[in-house]
Amino acid sequence: MGDFLLTMPWAVVLILLPLVGAIVCFLWPKNVNQLGLVTLAGVFLSVVGLGAWLLENGVYHHAVGGWNAPLGIHLYADGLSLVMLGITALVGLFVSVYATAYFDRVQSEQFWPLWLFLLTALNALFLSADMFNLYVTLELLGLSAVALVALAGGKAALNGAMRYLLASLLGSLLFLFGVALLYHTYGSLDLAILSEQIEASPTVWMALGLISAGLLLKTALFPLHFWLPPAHASAFSPISALLSALVVKASFYLLLRLWLELFWPISGSVAGLLGILGVMAILWGSLQALRQTRVKMLVAYSTVAQIGYLFLAFPLAMGAGVTAWNAVMYLAISHALAKAAMFMAAGNLLRFGGHDRIADLDQLAQRLPLTVAAFALAGVSLIGLPPSGGFIGKWLLLEAALMQGRWDLAVVIVLGGVLAAMYLFKVLGYAFTEASTPSKVTAVPVRMEWAALLLASGAILLGFLAPLILPLLAIGTPFDAFSSAQEVMS
Amino acid sequence: MNWNDWLPLLLIACSLVPGLIIFGLAEQRVRLRTTLNLSGSVINLLLVAWMLWGVYHGQHFETRLPLLPGLDLVLRAGPLSLLFVTLSAVLWLLTTIYAIGYLEGSPHRSRFFGFFSLCVSATIGVAMSGNLITFLLFYELLTLATYPLIVHRGTEVARHAGKIYLRYTLIGGGLLMFATVWLYTLTGSLEFTPQGFLHALGDEHRPALVMIFILFIAGFGVKAALIPLHGWLPLAMIAPAPVSALLHAVAVVKAGAFGIVRVVYDVFGINFATDLGVTAPLAWLAAFTILYASMRALYQDDLKRRLAFSTISQVSYITLGIAIAGPIAAIGGVVHLVHQGLMKITLFFCAGNLAETLGIHKISEMDGVGQRMPWTMAAFTIGVFGMIGAPPTAGFITKWYLGMGALEAGQSWVIWVLAGSSLLNAAYFLPILHRVWFRKPPKHWPEEHDFGRQETSWMLLLPPIITAFLALGAGLVAAAAFSPLAWAKLIAEREFY
Repeated sequence: MGDFLLTMPWAVVLILLPLVGAIVCFLWPKNVNQLGLVTLAGVFLSVVGLGAWLLENGVYHHAVGGWNAPLGIHLYADGLSLVMLGITALVGLFVSVYATAYFDRVQSEQFWPLWLFLLTALNALFLSADMFNLYVTLELLGLSAVALVALAGGKAALNGAMRYLLASLLGSLLFLFGVALLYHTYGSLDLAILSEQIEASPTVWMALGLISAGLLLKTALFPLHFWLPPAHASAFSPISALLSALVVKASFYLLLRLWLELFWPISGSVAGLLGILGVMAILWGSLQALRQTRVKMLVAYSTVAQIGYLFLAFPLAMGAGVTAWNAVMYLAISHALAKAAMFMAAGNLLRFGGHDRIADLDQLAQRLPLTVAAFALAGVSLIGLPPSGGFIGKWLLLEAALMQGRWDLAVVIVLGGVLAAMYLFKVLGYAFTEASTPSKVTAVPVRMEWAALLLASGAILLGFLAPLILPLLAIGTPFDAFSSAQEVMS
Repeated sequence: MNWNDWLPLLLIACSLVPGLIIFGLAEQRVRLRTTLNLSGSVINLLLVAWMLWGVYHGQHFETRLPLLPGLDLVLRAGPLSLLFVTLSAVLWLLTTIYAIGYLEGSPHRSRFFGFFSLCVSATIGVAMSGNLITFLLFYELLTLATYPLIVHRGTEVARHAGKIYLRYTLIGGGLLMFATVWLYTLTGSLEFTPQGFLHALGDEHRPALVMIFILFIAGFGVKAALIPLHGWLPLAMIAPAPVSALLHAVAVVKAGAFGIVRVVYDVFGINFATDLGVTAPLAWLAAFTILYASMRALYQDDLKRRLAFSTISQVSYITLGIAIAGPIAAIGGVVHLVHQGLMKITLFFCAGNLAETLGIHKISEMDGVGQRMPWTMAAFTIGVFGMIGAPPTAGFITKWYLGMGALEAGQSWVIWVLAGSSLLNAAYFLPILHRVWFRKPPKHWPEEHDFGRQETSWMLLLPPIITAFLALGAGLVAAAAFSPLAWAKLIAEREFY
């Protein structure tokens, strides 16, 4: 058994399993729900397997078919990839359970193949180690995400999907240009090989600009966030959950990875710019969220604000190094759990009352207590109150800011929490009062309520798991740019 | 690992676990809910007694769990912690009995008792925290768990009160987090240490430390209702009476005051804080709060609002006692943690009885109520004399030590503050007593409920009588070995010598 765990090529399984699952679901749609859940469970176990492997052996790499770079396809996993894969599998599993109750027959036949393609793209993205594969996974990710948004049909959803499609395509295109420039200059696309050779030159700067712009657009960092709220708010709730929790994180992960491994020697001077945009995102996203009258729009704008936090790490990492990166990864995974739970909770109350007008939530605290509890617990983590994963993330980020006297960023970190509390408790406050006009209610399946609640509890539980997760993140020292690059070479 | 390492955690579980189970109970399972609540609080009380005995005999109780690299979640039972824990445990039991009587037949009781237990867990956590990050964790948990109790009734007014409450407390919490992390980057430690852990820091950090101190006071000052951070408290009186009684008179405001005590004693250390020059302004602020809030109380006709302003004023005695920075005043401040709790909870219980039995909410409606409800009003009277500081009540002990301490520390101006406060307390409380005992009752009470031969339900009557008795007892037997005063002396000794 132990040997089996350590000899399976987990990374390959992680990509092939959802891919096969997607095709099977597409061809034989009779039992999609069961097939999909089995696939997700398989993916989850494979991540555990990969984790066991990493803990035993350190960094994982695998040359597909025995062909090494620069010719073959190279899969690579360190602690950073592992944590992203893990959070994807976990959120994916819960959203899948939720989806089995959420969609009707026809909808689930459309949902499962697309979602499993999306999962394939996510897993492949977290495991790829060369620029071209990254481009392919990014494109696949964008397209399946857009298709998922469009599933909801209706004017708002199609409008949102269209905007999303254009933004996503433009983002990929910019990324591709950047990749082409690098290939032209260095004749390789392998991250490890490139990182050895890269140096400051106009072409590299150009590539950095293009790649970053493309990824920022896909990550929806202010002011490139315009496509996110309509797309995330109009999609079906489980899909909103996947998009907000995982898809934007994937492009963020890629940006982080490239800055850490490729561009770090030269990108330090522009890190400040990302920090400024992050600050603007926190403030602008929060203020917009405060103005919303509907739950899903509010939650979508909260995503805009929370993404801002992730970018504060770039300027802070100059002086605080690992603390800043740990902070940002902790915030990212906490946000993934909390935001998925929150969109699921929003889906529940939409199903229950037929609307998501905040002022008419009509005593949901009593009538839909599990859902309101899920929303509240997820909110605690998003605000960054203890005990929660969000608190640990903010604590580390604040520590990184104060360590080097970045008072401006420290104030924004705290202020963002207070603003988040204001908009989230607006929803919770109205869950206690009566609506002026009661609306007809439909029962919410138990599975949907519990899926949201358990995921939200996960965000709280993360507040106690830092001693377990931070060492995992450190496998292969992904945050130590040069040593990591050298390890890949040897 | 031995038994003593887990006792502090177990103490929190005593209220947390029943609370979580109660959330899942159906509304009509009254008996099971009551059993859970009462057994939780009785076990809690037994554990506290065990730990009191243990600490008195020099045992150590400490739970330590890793939270972050270099930072642990620490729960520790020291003399100061146990003073607060004992108060919370005793009052939790009494308030639970009271709340069961008070809420009989009203909706959403499972939710109410669930959050109520959560609040108690958070308060006990605050009391037992062994370092600042643990303190912060439970402090914020207390904020979150009280919110649903304030908006419990689900009216627009309640929602508004809840919003204001959160605005104050969460901004306060943000300041605390800022200050805590800042301190951590300077020292690399957050462990509560008798006489503080900052004096080793170089002189160049003094301006930063003054700023951190101000942030801490602003953060804790919100819950301790230091003026001008008190705005949430009178509004929060919209909550059901047991909540006002236990939480707003005891747990929440005490958590703030306790935070100030911790920061001054166990983070900065009283000598270092005096040396920094930060204690004198704190004393002025506390003195101003005492007088100003009493003045505001004069003008309130709503009984609970008058009591709320009185709370604001009285809690600042604790801060004042700490900030005078002498050992005797410190005894007065620390012991007032307990004394104010006992006296104020009595008054709030009585106010709740009036509202629940006769529908009386305003002072102008209280004419002659002493004839209708003699036991309740007797308890109320004891509470009032305690507030004024008349001997032999607990309030007198506090004022005596505060006054003596101020003289000993050469700050005679405090005497005037204390005298003024006593006068003002008399001015806003004695007219109530006059109405209650010496005026004729009206023909009809606003909304009378019949409880047969008794003046009200025994579950409503017993708790205030017991707390009034305790408030009197704490004054009468102050010299005994296990009185609050004796513990306060132990704590002051540890800090000053």
